[in-house]
Amino acid sequence: MRRLLLLVPLALFLGMAVFLYRGLWLDPSELPSALIGKPIPAFSLPAVQDGKLLSEADLKGKPALVNVWATWCVACRVEHPVLNKLAELGVNIYGVNYKDDNAAAQKWLVEFHDPYQLNINDARGTLGLDLGVYGAPETFLIDKAGIIRHKFVGVIDERVWREQLAPLYQELVDEAQP
Amino acid sequence: MRRLLTAVVLGLALLGTAQAAIDTYEFATEVERQRYRTLVQELRCPKCQNQNIADSDAPIAMDLRAQIYRMLEEGQSNQQIIDYLVSRYGDFVLYKPPVTARTLLLWYGPAGLLAGGFVLLGVILLRRRGKSGDAANGLSADEQQRLAALLSQPPASQRSPNQPPVDKKD
Repeated sequence: MRRLLLLVPLALFLGMAVFLYRGLWLDPSELPSALIGKPIPAFSLPAVQDGKLLSEADLKGKPALVNVWATWCVACRVEHPVLNKLAELGVNIYGVNYKDDNAAAQKWLVEFHDPYQLNINDARGTLGLDLGVYGAPETFLIDKAGIIRHKFVGVIDERVWREQLAPLYQELVDEAQP
Repeated sequence: MRRLLTAVVLGLALLGTAQAAIDTYEFATEVERQRYRTLVQELRCPKCQNQNIADSDAPIAMDLRAQIYRMLEEGQSNQQIIDYLVSRYGDFVLYKPPVTARTLLLWYGPAGLLAGGFVLLGVILLRRRGKSGDAANGLSADEQQRLAALLSQPPASQRSPNQPPVDKKD
């Protein structure tokens, strides 16, 4: 018993070491979204291309990616070709053009190809605020009922898609099938 | 004296610029201004993680300041404003996280550690006292007598050379 007591400091040290070691590999910039499991917030905003009013109802029906982007966002330019490729593969992508100049956004979509089924013009960032967006690009995965299931912050590249998002998206697609 | 005066004046100048950067909004009352200042200092910028939204230059911090100002003007309470932000950005925006199962360790860990340390210290002290008592009582009557005899003997250096040592048997 006495002997065992002597091991207590070692045990404490090991516990601490494991705890801190784990901390080394955690990414503090990865914030869990407060909106997981909640529906897309209500909005009424014009479309980027034709100014037609869109609302949260337009995003329901199919599982989709909701991609927050802007022309001033350098990382979005890196992400754009990947989105184009995903759209070609049949992935349903909606865009939220976040605090952007609409003319610049239209030009961007003509120049770099348009992977979005719908594109919401959120010029004042109100939808972005309701979505808890703190910097573009951010991408939400929504199911067919328009419930937010996952949030990814940062550039979607092929590896991120393959390893993280594709399985989740596939899950939502499978779920949507009767 | 003169140096002190210079230092004070320079210090005040510094204060002025720091506040000018934050206060670009007009408030109806001083109370409201104070509430605004407390809020922007207690809420954390989601983009630049180690700054509050008062200090941050990130666009999102600017937006959040504007939003807080708007909500203050609408007459919403501090709690309503905080709830609004937490529902969008999570507990992360609070520099003072709520007490939940996940934050128990954070809130009470240090106090627990301190209390644990005191308990340990108490145990060790109690044991030590018990032990020293044992040591004094550990001698049998015989041994104590011998101890007293040894202590009453004059040291060897003071003994006369002719006198044989007491212990030695003839």
